[in-house]
Amino acid sequence: MLELKNIDTYYGNIQALRDVNITVREGEIITLIGANGAGKTTTLMTICGVVPARNGEVLFQGKPITRLSADKIVRMGICQVPEGRLIFPDLTVRENLDMGAFLRDDKSGVDSDLEQVFTLFPILKERRRQLGGTLSGGEQQMLAISRALMARPKVLLLDEPSLGLAPLIIRQIFDIIKQINRESNTTIFLVEQNANQALKVANRGYVMENGRITLEDACDKLLANDAVKKAYLGL
Amino acid sequence: MEYFLQLFFSGLSKGSVYALIALGYTMVYGIIELINFAHGEIYMIGAFTGLIVAGLLTALGWPVLAILAIAIVVAMFYSGAYGYTVEKIAYKPLRNAPRLAPLISAIGMSIFLQNYVMLAQTPDFLPFPNLVPDFAFMQPFKSFLGTSDLFIIVASIVVMAALNLFIKFTRMGKAMRATAQNRKMALLVGVNVDHVISMTFIIGSSLAAVGGVLIASHMGQINFYIGFIAGLKAFTAAVLGGIGSIPGAMLGGLVLGWTESFATGYVSSDYEDVFAFLLLVLILIFRPAGLLGKQRAQKV
Repeated sequence: MLELKNIDTYYGNIQALRDVNITVREGEIITLIGANGAGKTTTLMTICGVVPARNGEVLFQGKPITRLSADKIVRMGICQVPEGRLIFPDLTVRENLDMGAFLRDDKSGVDSDLEQVFTLFPILKERRRQLGGTLSGGEQQMLAISRALMARPKVLLLDEPSLGLAPLIIRQIFDIIKQINRESNTTIFLVEQNANQALKVANRGYVMENGRITLEDACDKLLANDAVKKAYLGL
Repeated sequence: MEYFLQLFFSGLSKGSVYALIALGYTMVYGIIELINFAHGEIYMIGAFTGLIVAGLLTALGWPVLAILAIAIVVAMFYSGAYGYTVEKIAYKPLRNAPRLAPLISAIGMSIFLQNYVMLAQTPDFLPFPNLVPDFAFMQPFKSFLGTSDLFIIVASIVVMAALNLFIKFTRMGKAMRATAQNRKMALLVGVNVDHVISMTFIIGSSLAAVGGVLIASHMGQINFYIGFIAGLKAFTAAVLGGIGSIPGAMLGGLVLGWTESFATGYVSSDYEDVFAFLLLVLILIFRPAGLLGKQRAQKV
C-alpha cells in the first residue's frame, strides 16, 4: 500500500536517509525503531512531503507521491501524528479537530467521525471548548491522534506517541492504536524509541541506524533477536 | 472639555488608520515572522490609486461618496495585487534563507517602490480632493469632531470587525490562525501554506489601502514619501500592541494615536513624535512582548 524505494533525503548537504526501503501492506501495523537521530522522523516527513526525498521513490497505492506537495498527500489519505504532538495551542479542542478535517467537504461524515472520536476519547468531549495548549500531555496526545483520525486516513503515521507520557497513559494509547487498526482497518506506521512496546503492538518491524535500515523482520522474531535485545530492549 | 474631546477624536481617527496599517505588519509577522518593511509603501500606493480614481471620477462628475467608495475598493484591489507580488518576488524565494535575508529584501523593496512612485508620478506633493462631504447632522458636533474624522473611525471599525469575523469563522481564517500557531502542523493537516501566506499579504495590503485613501482625503495631499513615516508609526503601533497579535495591533494603533494627539494638544506639536516613541520605549521596558503580546516561554 505504501512503499519507500531507495530513498535518500538530505537537509542541505547533510544526508539523513540512505537508501531506505520500507513496504507497508494494507491493514497491518509496522513499526520503525531506532535511536535518537537515526532518521525515523525524517522518514515520516519524507513520506508526508514536508522534507521531500532527493533520490528514490515513495509509492502510495501504486502511484508515485515523492514530489507531491504536503496537502495533496494528506488528501490522498496519509496522515501524521507528529513528534511532540504539535497541538495548535490557541485553538480550542474542537477547532483542533476541525483542522484535522480541513480538506473534507462531507459535513455529515465529519460530524459522525467527530462523535466517534469523542466515544474513543470521552475526555476530549468534556474539554472541547478548552484551548489546546491547556491540555495535559496525555490529553494532547489523544487530541493529536483524534485530529489525524478526523481526516479519515488510509494510512496513519505515528511519531513517538509514547514520548513523555506516564506508563499507564502509554498503555492506553497503544491499546487505542490497536483498536483503530482493528476496527476501521487503518494501516499504521508507528515510529518509536520505546522498542519493547512498539514491537509488541506491531506485526512487522524495521530497525534504523544512522539513516539506514539495518534489520527487518516479523516483530516476534525481532523481539527474540540478540542484537535488538541488546541495543534496544536493554536485556 | 471641548478641547479634550477634539483631541480625543482626532487621536481616535489617527489611531484607527495606524491600526489599519499595523494589522498588515502584525498578520504577516504572525505567519512568517517577517517585518514587511515595504508595507508602508503599499499604503502609499493605495493612496495614489485613490487619487487617480478620484481624479478620473471627479472629471466625470460623480457624487463624492460614490467616488470615495469606488476609490477605496479599487485601491484595495490594487494594493492587494502589489502586496501579493511583493511577497512572490521578494520574500518567497527567501523562505528558507536565514532571517536577515528577507528583512534586507524588504528594505530593498521599500526603497524600490518609493523611487518607482517618485519617478512614475512626481517628487512633489499632489493635492488630494476631500471625498467626505460635510453632513448637516454633524453640525452640532462640528467643534470637536469633523465629518472626515467620523468617517475614518466608522470605516475602520467596520473593516476591523469584518476582519475579525473572517479570521474567526471562515475556513481560510482558521487556516491562517493554524499556520500562525504552527506552520509545520498546518502543512500536515493539508493546509496549503503558500496560499495562506499570499492571502495574508493580500488582506494586509488591502487594509493599508483603506487607510491610505481615508487619510489622504483627510490630509488633502500626498507624495511618494508618506508611506515611510506612516509605516514606521504603524510598525511602532504593532510592536506596542504586541507583534503578531491582531487585537494588539488595533489597541496599539489607538494608544499611539491618542498619545500623539494629546501630546500635540497639551504640550507642543514639536513633541508629537517624542512622546510617541517615548511611550514605545516605556512599554517595551515594562512589557517586552507588547500590550497584548504573549510572553512565550522558550522550551529548551
